[in-house]
Amino acid sequence: MRYAYYPGCSLHSTARDYDLSARAVCRVLGIELEEIPGWVCCGASSAHMTSELLSIALPVHNLNIAKEMGLDTVACCAECYSRLKIANREMRARKNGRVAEVDEVVGNTYRGESEVKHLLEVIAGDYGLDALRERVVEDLSDLRVAAYYGCLLVRPPEVTGFDDPDQPMVMDHIVTALGAKAVEWPYKTECCGSSLSLTRTDIVLKLCHDIYQKAADQGADCLLVACPLCQANLDMRQPQVNRQYGTRFELPVLYFTQLIGLALGIPSADLGLSKLMVSPQQLLARTGLRQPA
Amino acid sequence: MSQELPSRESRLAFVRQVRERGAEDPALCYQCGKCTAGCPVAYAMDYPPHQIMRGVQLGMRDTVLSSRTIWLCAACETCSTRCPQGVEPASVMDALRRIAYAEGIRSPERDVPLFHSIFLGSVRLFGRIFEAAMIGSYNVLSGHLTKDVPMAPRMLLKGKLSLLPPRAEDGKALRRIFAKAAELEGKQT
Repeated sequence: MRYAYYPGCSLHSTARDYDLSARAVCRVLGIELEEIPGWVCCGASSAHMTSELLSIALPVHNLNIAKEMGLDTVACCAECYSRLKIANREMRARKNGRVAEVDEVVGNTYRGESEVKHLLEVIAGDYGLDALRERVVEDLSDLRVAAYYGCLLVRPPEVTGFDDPDQPMVMDHIVTALGAKAVEWPYKTECCGSSLSLTRTDIVLKLCHDIYQKAADQGADCLLVACPLCQANLDMRQPQVNRQYGTRFELPVLYFTQLIGLALGIPSADLGLSKLMVSPQQLLARTGLRQPA
Repeated sequence: MSQELPSRESRLAFVRQVRERGAEDPALCYQCGKCTAGCPVAYAMDYPPHQIMRGVQLGMRDTVLSSRTIWLCAACETCSTRCPQGVEPASVMDALRRIAYAEGIRSPERDVPLFHSIFLGSVRLFGRIFEAAMIGSYNVLSGHLTKDVPMAPRMLLKGKLSLLPPRAEDGKALRRIFAKAAELEGKQT
């Protein structure tokens, strides 16, 4: 299994732990990730909110390099994933002169040749849950995990085609395959506020508060995420939420790749666990796992 | 919203412009309110999503383009997923933001478009997001000088924030993409 790897901006900065753990897990599972040379930002919310052309052209620039590599593309960030998938859909639809404009902007004739997948799909689908289950060496049976999917993995469903938009289960199935307990909870696909983080932090704090509360109500020990923007909001802003709402949440927000890595016995230093703002140390000590350095 | 309604021509012209900017057909909305019911940010908006949809149908250009709503929408796509008419209110919000941004129409939520322009400035300059400079520029230009500054030391310590810019790998291609896109979209309006 070999893929063109599109890390996106976050995995090279605020989400280095996601990049580290994704690479470490893929190395152990024999999934080859070849980083797209010279990749540029997908434009994220800022591009699609201000310029339709830019929001397609930036992903196409990257996907065209993946096409030249002869590989399908894997992304770890839900925002990048969404933008790359939308670009593929637009370029395959070949409608109303938009495609010709994009061709002119990027200077190539990409037509959606490189399929886009999220790493969740690669591990749960291409690699397979049964194969994953066989690689587990650590006992995670005491761990209660709330799998949080957020928005853009699952919506809009006709673009992502990722699981059920209201009740996605892919990450829950991974949790179960690793031997941990996936809690049933109702806020799996509620929004964390995403790009309003810097501009309307008050909204993000409210949305994150509601997510923590629902997870805590179901007895979750931690949140599990597959997006660096969700993780940044839920992890970094947790102390602020506690101050604002007088709560005492202490829910570590792990990347799904970090949990897989722990179950596979990968040393915690290779998973970037010490980079989490809400420390998972107590939680891991209680479940008998090795503590992060 | 007690005001005189725009003429039929200007109503149709506005709906057409919204569609040209990438929206599904807002004329199909029959005001069921499902978009508003599921919107996580509706509580903070001046006009809830279904009122924006109606405003577009009625050609109330100034009201919708200068609303807080279009910049508070988090683009979570819940409304588009649930809309029984396939109108995709999130695509209408995108189209409205694009028009307001291109025409420089001011909203009380001015910090949000400011953030987007700084974000895209970083992409144009470096190819990738240079977080430290982006947050610094945003703080200075928005006037929220100390916003989130207390978080910086821990982020630096944990290697989550770099003081050095990312390397622009293909500056020429990037400059071309930005220039061409601006040129072609300039023709549209």
